Order: sequence, then structure tokens, then C-alpha cells
Amino acid sequence: MNKDLIIPTKFLADDRVDGVDKVTGKATYSAEHQLANMVYAVFVCSTIAKGSIKNMLLFDAKKAPGVLDIIYYGNCPPVPGYNPFAKDPNKKGFEWRGLKVLNTNQVYSNGQPIALVIADTLERAVHAASLVKVAYIKEEFDTDFENAKANEKKLKKPADYKRGDANAYKNGEVSVEAEYTIPIETHNPMELHATIAVWDGDDKLTVYDKSQGPKGTQRELAQNFGLDEKNVRVITEYVGGAFGSGLRSWPHVPAACIAAKKLKRPVKLVVTREQMFTTVGYRPHAWQKIGIAADKKGKLTGITHHAVSNTSRYEDFGEGIVNVSQFLYACSNVNTSYRLLPLDLNTPTWMRGPGPATGCFALESALDELAYKLNIDPIELRLINHADVNPVNKLPWTTKFLKECYALGKEKIGWQNRPTVPGSLTEDGMLVGYGMAGGVFGAGRGQATAKGILKADGTLTLQSAVSDMGPGTATAMVNLGAEYMGLPKRMVTFELGDTEYPTGPTQGGSGTTSAIGTAINAVCVALKQTLKEMASASVPAFANAKADTLKYDAGIISMSDNASINISYTDILKAANKPEIEVIKEAGKATADPQKYAMNSFSVHFVKLHVHPVTGVIKLKQIVSAADAGKIISEKTARSQMVGGAVGGIGMALTEEVFIDSRYGRYTNANLADYHVPVNADTPPIDVLFVNKADNIISPTGAKGVGEIALVGVAPAIANAVFNATGKRIRQLPITPDKLM
Amino acid sequence: MINFDYIKTATTKAAVDAKNKNAAAQFIAGGTNLVDLMKKGVTAPDKLIDINALPLKQITADAKGVMIGALALNSDVAENAIIKTKYPLLAHALNAGASAQLRNMATVGGNIMQRTRCSYFYDLAMPCNKREPGSGCGALEGQNRMHAVFGTSPKCIAVHPSDMCVALAALDASVHISGPKGDRKILFTDFHRLPGDIPELDNNLQKGELITGIHIPANAFNKTHYLKIRDRASYAFALVSVAAALQIDGNTIQNAKLAMGGVAHKPWRLTAVEKYLIGKPANKETFAAAANMAMEGATTFGQNNFKIKMGRAAVTEALQQAAQNI
Repeated sequence: MNKDLIIPTKFLADDRVDGVDKVTGKATYSAEHQLANMVYAVFVCSTIAKGSIKNMLLFDAKKAPGVLDIIYYGNCPPVPGYNPFAKDPNKKGFEWRGLKVLNTNQVYSNGQPIALVIADTLERAVHAASLVKVAYIKEEFDTDFENAKANEKKLKKPADYKRGDANAYKNGEVSVEAEYTIPIETHNPMELHATIAVWDGDDKLTVYDKSQGPKGTQRELAQNFGLDEKNVRVITEYVGGAFGSGLRSWPHVPAACIAAKKLKRPVKLVVTREQMFTTVGYRPHAWQKIGIAADKKGKLTGITHHAVSNTSRYEDFGEGIVNVSQFLYACSNVNTSYRLLPLDLNTPTWMRGPGPATGCFALESALDELAYKLNIDPIELRLINHADVNPVNKLPWTTKFLKECYALGKEKIGWQNRPTVPGSLTEDGMLVGYGMAGGVFGAGRGQATAKGILKADGTLTLQSAVSDMGPGTATAMVNLGAEYMGLPKRMVTFELGDTEYPTGPTQGGSGTTSAIGTAINAVCVALKQTLKEMASASVPAFANAKADTLKYDAGIISMSDNASINISYTDILKAANKPEIEVIKEAGKATADPQKYAMNSFSVHFVKLHVHPVTGVIKLKQIVSAADAGKIISEKTARSQMVGGAVGGIGMALTEEVFIDSRYGRYTNANLADYHVPVNADTPPIDVLFVNKADNIISPTGAKGVGEIALVGVAPAIANAVFNATGKRIRQLPITPDKLM
Repeated sequence: MINFDYIKTATTKAAVDAKNKNAAAQFIAGGTNLVDLMKKGVTAPDKLIDINALPLKQITADAKGVMIGALALNSDVAENAIIKTKYPLLAHALNAGASAQLRNMATVGGNIMQRTRCSYFYDLAMPCNKREPGSGCGALEGQNRMHAVFGTSPKCIAVHPSDMCVALAALDASVHISGPKGDRKILFTDFHRLPGDIPELDNNLQKGELITGIHIPANAFNKTHYLKIRDRASYAFALVSVAAALQIDGNTIQNAKLAMGGVAHKPWRLTAVEKYLIGKPANKETFAAAANMAMEGATTFGQNNFKIKMGRAAVTEALQQAAQNI
């Protein structure tokens, strides 16, 4: 052991590296930065669903104490990205995506930000915002998804797929045809979205922003405000959950920048909880219809999957809802169709497991229903139809350990206790149900760059401009850095959340670990090579040694076959009189050729629950989530991600639903008392089982991805267990007690 | 939130005097509901009269019953030894309400005075006769899944959200009040009112009056249960709840008190069902008949149609659970 090692006591080997900072309040989240001369901005939001603003009566608000400015369409300074083609209509420039906040008198949805009140304190800004009076010219609107979903005239962006015969399920020996609905669900992470904007002159901008991708925010803001990217710095050191809502910049981000520029002072803008419902996206309302058939032995003979999900009037947002039916199971005849239904609502966005979370609810529920009709065990039915190659492109998967997931989960939940006749098993007077369903998400990896700084004290600092919204990215990167560099974890630090660091990916789609991990691998390989070359001066035996004859461990290089020939990293640097060595490496996209391989992570969720026979109240007893996520880099945080995903799945299945009064086009439960996320008392023991087999085709880290498959499939597993307990097939989420009456 | 005056009072008389002088003033104790209402702009008192220093926290029992001070915390009442042993129905109902954090702040008086959680009441952009008389009832033909099925009026179909009050209504409690004209008491079941033509009035308190305590008469109920059906296991208001207090000797119901929550503008006492139960055997048939009777006369508004079935299930199960209690 290197005697120079300094062992900090801040975290235990397996703990989250930033856990202590987070639970002791030391971690500074975006809204918590205290800047000199800072002022506070508050949105005024629309109270109609569609129309235009005739005028804003600002007199009372302006004279309220502490008010510095009120910015709205009538006085908003020009924003280059809002009107990029004004001078040259032929020029192809950047145009801000989404709502051009504060720059239009058009109202596209209820709760749309229409003015920004800035005051010297938050309380004064809030009060002044309440004094703004708005005169509207109302227009007819439509927010009623259920009413419009089947009206072909209102739908757009058709995306159709077919292999074999269309609608083959209609001629199947045993078939199921059913419709499924999920309501709007919101991300609502604990941390509110927030931006603090600070300008240095007219051409340098610093933004403290809750974001899943600091580099993406930097690019958007640079383009929108006509700045050089290097003159925009985005800092996102900690993120208190996001679930997809931080994948793009919403109106509050440019609004804070506009205000800070106009006032020439730092401006803080925190989105309120109510505004979290109307300004930062949501999982769209979706209606699906599935027809599925098999022969009497259970071999699938046809799947037809149709889906409609809503978008806004001013942007199209679609997701791969029906794709799961195309590739999850082997079936010769598959046709799918997908349509968007524009409504007078704000724009939806990616939310944990986007696409498959919705699609698998329908597909995995339908398969369960089919299994009962066939009198085949639901796991057996899935094994019969296991896809050995991706049925869409006939490509083999890089790795696929789905069968292992079935086996692991089946054993842990005690599947043999499942009643084959629904409603036939009771325990303590409660109806008992078991259910299972599969989840899937794309794997792969994006581009990433990382920097490594190895210091003479033996510590390694790794950096990349990525954010960590909670999965434990920093922890996983410390684990990888320690492994690749041959250092104890305590000697490794990962710095993130600042665009001053080398470019990292946006955190989303379960690809962060494999992307940055690959860059870190490249960094460590290069650092080790440099160390070896430097060491050769004092240890001549290393000069001609091949890489695989050397061992890098505990901060020491030694000959694999002769440990007495060794030198510590610190001695190498000291001998060379270097305080540190530094390497920057970029890792390209997946080494796996998408022409040769299909790439996915898989999960299978198992549920045991009780249903009260009289009141219909559901009590979850156990969830088992088995995952093929590749190699698990940080077991503790990966497990946490799986548990969090399962809880999200409980919300999707049992409690979460946004209500809209379609007469007003307005949300009626935009708060956390009435929008029900599951509480601890709703959450049973959750067992997480990882197959933990490396996928070294996708990346040298061996990781695939955990974030999405943690949630995808949980809701249908619960719905299937409810059916097993009660004989009631609920196809409209969430399954609240009234639906079991 | 607008600016407001704030005073602390040390005696009931001082508090009542302050309130009597200023119709736009409001008492504040735990503030768990009032502060929310002020933040949302639903209510804008120009003065808050802090009553937390008033000597109204005691819980005292004698042969006639128990007196609970209006400022006793929900959590303290639920954990009180007398309440737990002699009035377990109340403890049970209290623990079914809100969250631990809220119960630690909320007082008994404040719980009684809390406003409906109807979403139209809380949203200034929506019509609500309770908040703004004459603006219409948004829930009547709107989002009314949580709403009332008994005692509604075309002007308001909101429900009283309390769990505690449902138990107090069943237990024949009375509300002790101090006011400019002196002290008085009202039967708990007469305290809250139905919306009728003036939904803005939740209760029968008169100008300047302050709740000082709750009295629950001693009783011989040996079997009680509070059942709450809600959308999640904690921190959710009742879809339907039932407080059941039974006195069963052998297998015969000697006395019964029943009240429902989540179904009306006030805790909904089921006196006809109580009369039916007395003298009947405590069995499934009796309970099923009682449940059917309980929901007679219910009127639903679309999204809350399920409450009739759920109400029957809840009454059946509450009686069943109570009867099984030792």
C-alpha cells in the first residue's frame, strides 16, 4: 500500500459520493446560489386555454412595493432566436424551439407564462404578480383528449409499420382485442425547475440552471441570444430529480436571461409547483388499441397496435409507444400505427421510459389477457415467443439476458404460489394477486469527452460537463475511474455540472454511464501509458514491458509476474518533478455497428398484492424487479434507480393522473396534495435483481442502462396482479379504488 | 400574499374582542390550512389574531366525558392515553388524516374550521360560489370525483375534508364556544352547515366567536372503527370514510352511532341507520341492510357516481371491522 495515500472519511466505499453533501444540505442546487445584487422574478400565467391578450393592466402591479420591472410581449427586448429570419428570410438560422415566452400575445394553453414580474424580494414579486390584470380575447379550444382521440381529421403525423399481414390477429385461433388509456402524468421532481441568469456585459452569460444537459442548455442559449458558445457558461452541480423534464430548456430559462439582461442584474426565476404542471412538460395522455392473437400452443400469430397521444398546438411531441410491439416478441404479422392529437395544452415531453412505458402497459396487459385465454402461464407465453433476434431488422442483440430475468424474478416472488384462477386465493381475508410484465428500452452510447488529472499526491480528478439528476453518475464514474486507474475509490473524484468541463452528453435515455464511462476508460488508458513511460526512467524493466504484463493496482505499477518490481504513481510524478499529469479524451459513439446489432436493456417486474374484497383497496405486498442492464457499475446507486423506477411505476399504475376541466381547458389538481405520487405507505419491499453480465460490444464499461427499464413494465405488472386477485381487468390507469368497485 | 397585521393574544377574551372589532380579521393557530389559503389568494385577512398562547391545550376527563382544548394538537390528541383507551375512534380518525407533519402543527379547533379542498375553491381563475358568491359552482358539471352526494345544493357540492370531525359527529360531541355575547355550546352535528343558498358559510359560528374546546360525552361503545378509503395510503382526502361506534352485548347491537366523511358539506350522521341497527344481531345481513339504507337519497354528479357503491362498501366494512374489534 502506498504510504502517501490520504484516506478521506467522507463516504464509505459503496456509498453515493455526494450522499453526505445532499443529506446535510451542503449540496448547492441551482436555485440556492446566493449572488450579490440578485433580484427575483415570478411568472404571471394565463387563465384561458386559447386566444390572445388584448391588454395587460400593469398599473397596480408596477406601483407595488419593490417592483423593478414587468416584462411582457409589449416591452420584451428583441431575442435573436425568437425572430431569426427577420433580416434575411432565406437564411437558415436557429429558431427557439417551443414557446417564445414574453414575446407573444398569443395564448396557446392555460397556465402559459405571459408576463414576468421582477422585484427585490420573492414575496414582493409574488404579490405584484397577483395584481397583474389581463384582458383576453378568447377563442374556441379543445383539451378533451377522450372526445377527440378517434377523430381521424384531428390527428396528424402518421407513422405506420407493417410486416407480414396487417390485422392478422383477427383470424387468430385465440385472440384479445382491447383499448388502454393512460392519463397525463407529470414528472414533478422534488426540486423545482429554476434558473439564475447573470450577464457580464452584453456578450457573456452565466446560468445556474436545473438541467439534465448543461451542454445542451449552453448551445440553446448561445443560439437564442446570438452568443458564442464559449461565452455561455451553464452550471448544474446538483439536480434534485428530473425524470426527463430537464432534457430541454423550458420558458423560464430564456425568461430569466431576458430579465437579467434588461435589468443588468442577476435574476432568479423558480418555477412554482403549480407551474411545474403547465410549463415543463409531462407524459402525454395516450389511448391505445391492441389486437393480439396466438395459435392454441401460444405462438403469436398477429399483433396490431394503434396509439394516439396528445401534443400541443405549437409543437409536435411524439414518442415510440407502439415500437415495443414491433420487436419485443417474435411474431410474423405485426402492424402498428401512431398518431398525434394536437390539443390546446402545453407541450408534453420525455418522461422516464418515454414510449415503452406507455406501450408496454398495453402490450404486456394484452399478453397477460391472452395467457389466461390460452390457459398458459404468462411467463411461459413470453418464453414461447422469445425473440432471439430483433424481428424488425433480424439483427442479433449485442446481449440479451431476458430469460435470466424471468428465472430470477419468478423464484424471488414465489411465482408457484400464484393462483391460476383469478380471485381464488385469499390471505388474511384479502384477495391475493400475482402479476408480471416485461420492460425494455434502447441501449447504446453517445459521444462524450472527459478529462483526467492525476496529481502527485496520487489523487485522480475526472471531469465532464454532464449532470447527475440522481442516478449516481458521479458515484459510477468514481467506481470506473478507480477500477481503470488501479486506485482506491477514495482517491478518485468526479467533477460535473459545469460547461467549463469537457463536453458530456445530456443525461437521458439510460446512456450516461456507458457514454462517459467510455471516455473515462480512454482517459485512464492514456494516463497509464504516460505513467509507464515516465516510470521507465527509474524502473528500466518497464520500458519494454507490454501493457498486459503490467499491473496497476492501489496506486502502484508492478510487473504482473514480479510484484517486487514496482513504483507508485506518486513516486513517478515526484521523480519527474511534475505536480500532475492531465489527459483529455473523446469517446465516439457506440462501437457496436447499428447495422450489425440490436441494442436494448431488458427488465421483468413481478408483483404480489392484496385487494380488499369489499372496498377494493389495493395493498402492494412485494415488487421484484429483475434487470438485464449489462454490467452493474455501482450496485448501490443502480439498485436505488431500480427502486425509484418501481415507485414511479406504482404511481403510474395506482395514483398519478392530471385532471383537466375541459370546459375551461385548465388543470384542476396542479399541486402535490391532489396529484398523488405514491407515499412510503404505498410502497412495498422492492427486491432488485441484476443479471449483471457485461455487454462489451456497446462499450468497454460493459454497462447498458438502468434508468428507463426500472419503470417500464411496472404498471402492467401491477395491473396484471390486480386481475389475478380480482378477475377485473383495468385498462384505464390509474387503478384507483373506485375502478374496483 | 398581501401585507396584514398580526397580533398575539394571551386570553380568550382578548382574542374574541380583537375579532369582534374587525370582521376581516381571522384567528390563526396551526395555520396548516389558513396559510395555504392566504398564499393562493383565496382568503386575504387584514389581520391575523394568533391564539396559540391561549390556555386551551388541555385534555381533561371526568365521569361525564372528556374535554379537549381547542388548541390541543391533532397528534397530541391521537396519542393521549385517555383518548386512546376511552375514545379510540377519535384517535383512529385523527391518525387517518393528513400527514404526521401536518398533525404535529394542526389544532383541534383548526381542524374543525378547515375549508373544503374543492379544487375550484382554490383556483381564483375558476368559478366557485363558496369563494366568490354568485360566480357559479365549477364542480357541479366539472371535476367532481371527490364531491358530495348528500345535502348538496345547486350552488355547492363541496365536502368537508376532515376525518376527525366524522368521529366527533358520531360520538355526539359538542363544540364549546366563546363570543362577544358570552359562552355557549353547539352539538357537533349542528356546528357545520349544508351549503344551501349561502355556501360561503361553512358553519354556524357567529361574529367574533372562538372555539374553545370539544366535549365528548362518556359512552359505552365497546366496538369502534374508522374506515377511510382514499387514493393513496397516506396524505390523501377521503373518497369515503365511515366512523362506526357500536355497543354490542352478546351478539346484539345495543347502541350504534355512524357518521360518514367525504360525502357531504359536513360530517354526515346516519341517524336512521343507527335506529335500524339497535336491537339487531351483529352480522353480515344486518350490516348489508344498514349499508343500503345509508346511501338512500344520495345524489351523484357524474364522476362521483361510484360513491354510492363505495359508500355501501365502506359502511359494511366499517361495521364489520368494528364488530370484530375487541
